[in-house]
Amino acid sequence: MIEQFIQVAYILAVALFILSLRWLSAPSTARRGVLAGEIGMALAIGATLLNPEIVSYRWIFIAFVIGGAIGIPLGLVQMTAVPQRTALSHAFGAFAATLVGTAEYYLEVPKIAHFMMFALVMEVILGSLTFTGSLMAAGKLQEVLPQRPITYRGQNFVNLSILGAAILIGIYLIIHPEASYLFPLIVVIPLVFGVLMIIPIGGADMPTVISLLNSYAGLAAAAMGFVLNSKLLIVAGALDGSSGFILSVIMCRAMNRSFTNVLFGAFGQVQASADAHEDRTVRSASPEDAAAILESASSVIIVPGYGMAVAQAQHRVRELYDLLTRRGINVRFAIHPVAGRMPGHMNVLLAEADIPYDKLLDMDEANPEFPQTDVALVIGANDVTNPAARTNRLSPIYGMPILEVDKARTVMVIKRSLSPGFAGVDNELYYLDKTLMLFGDAKAFVGAIVRELSHAQGAAA
Amino acid sequence: MSSDMISSLYVFVLAGFVGFEVIRRVSPLLHTPLMSLTNALDAIAVVGAIVIAGRQQSTLGTVLGTLAVIASMSNVVGGFLITDRMLRMFRRGERKQQ
Repeated sequence: MIEQFIQVAYILAVALFILSLRWLSAPSTARRGVLAGEIGMALAIGATLLNPEIVSYRWIFIAFVIGGAIGIPLGLVQMTAVPQRTALSHAFGAFAATLVGTAEYYLEVPKIAHFMMFALVMEVILGSLTFTGSLMAAGKLQEVLPQRPITYRGQNFVNLSILGAAILIGIYLIIHPEASYLFPLIVVIPLVFGVLMIIPIGGADMPTVISLLNSYAGLAAAAMGFVLNSKLLIVAGALDGSSGFILSVIMCRAMNRSFTNVLFGAFGQVQASADAHEDRTVRSASPEDAAAILESASSVIIVPGYGMAVAQAQHRVRELYDLLTRRGINVRFAIHPVAGRMPGHMNVLLAEADIPYDKLLDMDEANPEFPQTDVALVIGANDVTNPAARTNRLSPIYGMPILEVDKARTVMVIKRSLSPGFAGVDNELYYLDKTLMLFGDAKAFVGAIVRELSHAQGAAA
Repeated sequence: MSSDMISSLYVFVLAGFVGFEVIRRVSPLLHTPLMSLTNALDAIAVVGAIVIAGRQQSTLGTVLGTLAVIASMSNVVGGFLITDRMLRMFRRGERKQQ
């Protein structure tokens, strides 16, 4: 009886989880989605506590309290810190999978069927490598670890051999599940591999890596579902796994790179000197000029990049948005999929600065708009605006989908200097006749434009 | 392979397809909340950990199970909290005029 009740609760939880993600498709229903997820979770946890196999609740409740105490501050981090928080939560999820897998192995050995052992091996290998990999990613994002890729000769060979060794031991364990002396190795080796895997990956590749780790964490949870024969876990793991997978594919496409290239490529340091620097001239302008140009425009598209977030310029940009909109100028934002340090991060940062989401255009929406736009204002974005991606077959970023700001009537770029971006290539955009370079710190420069505009407004009133 | 495992495989494959179709529809606008929400849902692993921690079959099982409950519980609480905080910030244009 109680068993049936638990199963019914689990089925309801599964349905609520799927609805939860379904409602997340639009901002208007998204919060309902969170509520559905919360109810599903409460239902599942409540039903599990009725499980007659549980003989003592003491440790469970202590763990609830400690887990909650860790979770609350992690739920209250600043929006700029969301990527590292997300990486950390992948690490926690993967950690749980590894622990449960290890516990289950030692509780069940030696009577483990081969297929069950297969799921166990998957759970533990994926769990361990995701655990250390995510901790490394979080460290790089939090900048406690160096963000630049660290590479050495034969790195890929070393990494793949280590992973290969873990997989071979895993296969041996699937055939001989009773060989328990080997089990610690499929925990420890992937832990090492997780660290080595992230070392050669640079900060700007984080959106793909986080998505990939998300996918692994999901698959580890699904494997745990197989081990524990819990359909609920299998569904949640499969949903998480496919979500991470879809996001990684989107991120890879947005950078025109393959998975293997992200994981083994260590982009960005090889071709740093590929372009011979010829002395080309750029036109630069002052905040006063920029304000005058913006004021006389009727449509403006702002292209924010991670540089804007680093300079903490979001709120200044919001003031600029307010001033221009009040003058009847149509101001919108064009957001490249890899702007920010995780998928969709830039949207969250702008929403936090109170910019309405219907003004945020994704790449496919924005590109047809540029030819009808008076001013494209690029703030802290570089490679994603480089027209060489469209025109120069020799460029390392050739073929990468970009925001076609060069099609706008006037382009203004706020940037500290002419230094190349992450891909190490010169940006053709800066040398166009229609481009004005606004040299300076993003926050200070936008602030100066804002002051100029509010002055003019004060004088007019 | 037992019939349990076969039905589990069915569930896995079907859920993968459902996930693909549902998540494909999520606008790029909400990809960050999507990731934190799937993260919170994934922490349903807590149900497996609870049983292992509560069954008290062996000390190792109880210790590992308890640690796993802590790890997943922090994801449940933190994941839902931050997702909701983010989504509360997404506002449409019209309502913004004070």
